[in-house]
Amino acid sequence: MLTDYVVWTVQYVLLPVTVPILLLTGIPIAVWIERRGAAFIQDRVGPNRIPFFGLRNAGLLQPIADALKLLVKEDFVPAKADKFLYYLAPAFSMTPALLTFAVIPFADVLEVGSYRIPLQVADLNVGILFIFAIASLGVFGIVFGGWASNNKYSLLGGLRSSAQMISYEVAMGLSVIGVLIVFESVRLNDIVRQQGELLFGFLPRWGIVVQPLGFLLFFVAALAETNRIPFDLPEAEAEIVAGYHLEYSSFKFSMYFMAEYVNMLVASGLLVSLFLGGWQIPWLPTATLVSWAGPWVTAALQATAFVVKLWFIMWVMIWIRWTLPRFRYDQLMGLGWRVMLPLALMNLCVTSLVPFLLGIYGT
Amino acid sequence: MLEQTEQKEWMVLNIGPAHPTMHGTLRIMVKLDGETILEAVPEIGYLHRGFEKGAEQLNYQQVIPLTDRLNYCSAMMNNVGYCRAVEKLLGIEVPRRCQYIRVIVSELSRIIDHLVCIGANLVDLGALTPFWYCFREREYVYELLEALCGARLTTSYTRIGGLAHDLPADWVKRCRKVMRENLPQAIEEVETLITRNRIFIDRTQGVGIIGAEEALNYGFTGPCLRASGVAFDLRKADPYYDYDKFDFEIPVGRNGDTYDRYLVRMEEMRQSLRILEQALDGLPEGPVNVQDKRITLPEKEKVYTQFGSLVRHIKLIVDGIVPPAGEVYSATEAANGVLGFYIVSDGTKTPYRIKVRPPCFAVYQALPRIARGNLIADLIAIIGSLNIIAGELDR
Repeated sequence: MLTDYVVWTVQYVLLPVTVPILLLTGIPIAVWIERRGAAFIQDRVGPNRIPFFGLRNAGLLQPIADALKLLVKEDFVPAKADKFLYYLAPAFSMTPALLTFAVIPFADVLEVGSYRIPLQVADLNVGILFIFAIASLGVFGIVFGGWASNNKYSLLGGLRSSAQMISYEVAMGLSVIGVLIVFESVRLNDIVRQQGELLFGFLPRWGIVVQPLGFLLFFVAALAETNRIPFDLPEAEAEIVAGYHLEYSSFKFSMYFMAEYVNMLVASGLLVSLFLGGWQIPWLPTATLVSWAGPWVTAALQATAFVVKLWFIMWVMIWIRWTLPRFRYDQLMGLGWRVMLPLALMNLCVTSLVPFLLGIYGT
Repeated sequence: MLEQTEQKEWMVLNIGPAHPTMHGTLRIMVKLDGETILEAVPEIGYLHRGFEKGAEQLNYQQVIPLTDRLNYCSAMMNNVGYCRAVEKLLGIEVPRRCQYIRVIVSELSRIIDHLVCIGANLVDLGALTPFWYCFREREYVYELLEALCGARLTTSYTRIGGLAHDLPADWVKRCRKVMRENLPQAIEEVETLITRNRIFIDRTQGVGIIGAEEALNYGFTGPCLRASGVAFDLRKADPYYDYDKFDFEIPVGRNGDTYDRYLVRMEEMRQSLRILEQALDGLPEGPVNVQDKRITLPEKEKVYTQFGSLVRHIKLIVDGIVPPAGEVYSATEAANGVLGFYIVSDGTKTPYRIKVRPPCFAVYQALPRIARGNLIADLIAIIGSLNIIAGELDR
């Protein structure tokens, strides 16, 4: 039986503890998919050993072995590093990445009896604003790291990242505003719930359907925000060796490494929630599902749908990484300011005008 | 070296010799304004092994293994180039079959050299996958070379006056298979993935331009010169080994930028495949070594069974090949350009002096001029496309 106490525990203890843990569990899976996926694309085998009790398990334990290796590596600090910032930077990179996932819903509100449990860590009424506020802090981790290492390559990496992430945040923010206008809410769960409706009676009203350009812009900006190829300039190993994390070793490097994957997971989660219907299973609204299978199974099914979509986007990001070359610094800025920003503004104008012209939204 | 001038403070960045993109051990010091290169100063010599001085202590045959290490991406061509120079000094011509086999291994080497160059250049530009497509097919060529001489990199396949061995029994068949199935696949896959890729074009077109006249003044040869629009290829300009009988074209670029250098190399691989096809078709029968007791070792079986052959073997090993006193310059078209050997003989078994004219030494001296005004990312793209091989640069 559910009691007030149990609901409180679930909402304020269980979810805040399990969601970050699940997110961290996503890292080794993402690393595994990245490495095996890269091998698959490049016609190689990839890591396939690390047996577990004699089980070869297709290299699934490779990321864990990697993490263990990093743990026992020498923890090197450059002699003239700014110690305080040097130690702070990896944590500064990791924390915002983990925090942003708090407002992403992974299933509809669970209604059992008279209780309503929102299946997200924090059901904030300013959801998206919270995400942008926190995510933009992530750049400090990189800039601090680049500056504090006292290395010219790191400094160049830090400079590149600050310019890149700030530029693309503008385009990203503007592309999301279109979605906010269409769904008239900044609360993520509301946005997802509205994507369950049908357009013309058959087409799910997903963000990608009503905001196709917004989806493209957001996706490109998300790639840039997560420093993935073709936007991995801050760490371009061929040019500036490893950029901001050049002087980091051992688990401090590992923190940066994990932050990249958490950022990817968050970006995918956000993309799914805003444009791909979040936890919605197409043509099966929550009410129907609950009447068929009850609230618990519904929540599980919706969470599964969310996870499947999330990993699909992750795979697309990995796919892109192993297909495209890297931009040059000035081309990257040109794309951000001269292409993405005008397109985002245009998208915004059209999105705001069309409902008025068609008279869809009343006043 | 690089002075801090004016009031503004420039950043001096030391790229290499240990840097992911400095293939081999190149070192470039750059003066930066932001990321723009104001001045680039290359420093060479990190892979200096004393090839030329070392060769003066060895007899002519013993120099061949040293030539493997010049351009280690296409060692066979160095073997061929060196042996041809010594043969010119001796005034002999190798048998036709040997000439054809030398053409075949040279063209195979040219293809794998270009595959390495293009693959590595693309890795430096951030595209890691085409690199593997190149290297996967390159492996099949290495298997062929391994079947010839037992080594992949340090081939030492040629001998003065011929070859170490004739082709193994089914080698021609295997070679045809690789040529028809594997190599075109690598070229096709890279072509579809990269040639019309917007990012790649943006990164390479108009980057690192060097005009025809300037390229000639710097002493450019090979794909880098042809990309600038000069159709100079020793295989056509001064044909050796029946190259004038093969039907092939010299691809020429227009702008002399990084993109053209990429396109020229891609096309050269296709042309090399054409030459290979013709050379395999016309492969003559016969011996692969000159029938000259002063130059070619007797067959092993005869050495073990006949006294005269045994004496000849010992004498040739101890005394070596002794060319007449004089000097000779001989050049071949290697993967990177003109590979020249200038040999001075004083009539003894060791060369008095060997001077190598490596193609990338001339190309590398233009780097400060090409790099100026570009970004760091461009410098990386340019170095990759110039294909500087430290082995032959520093010798």
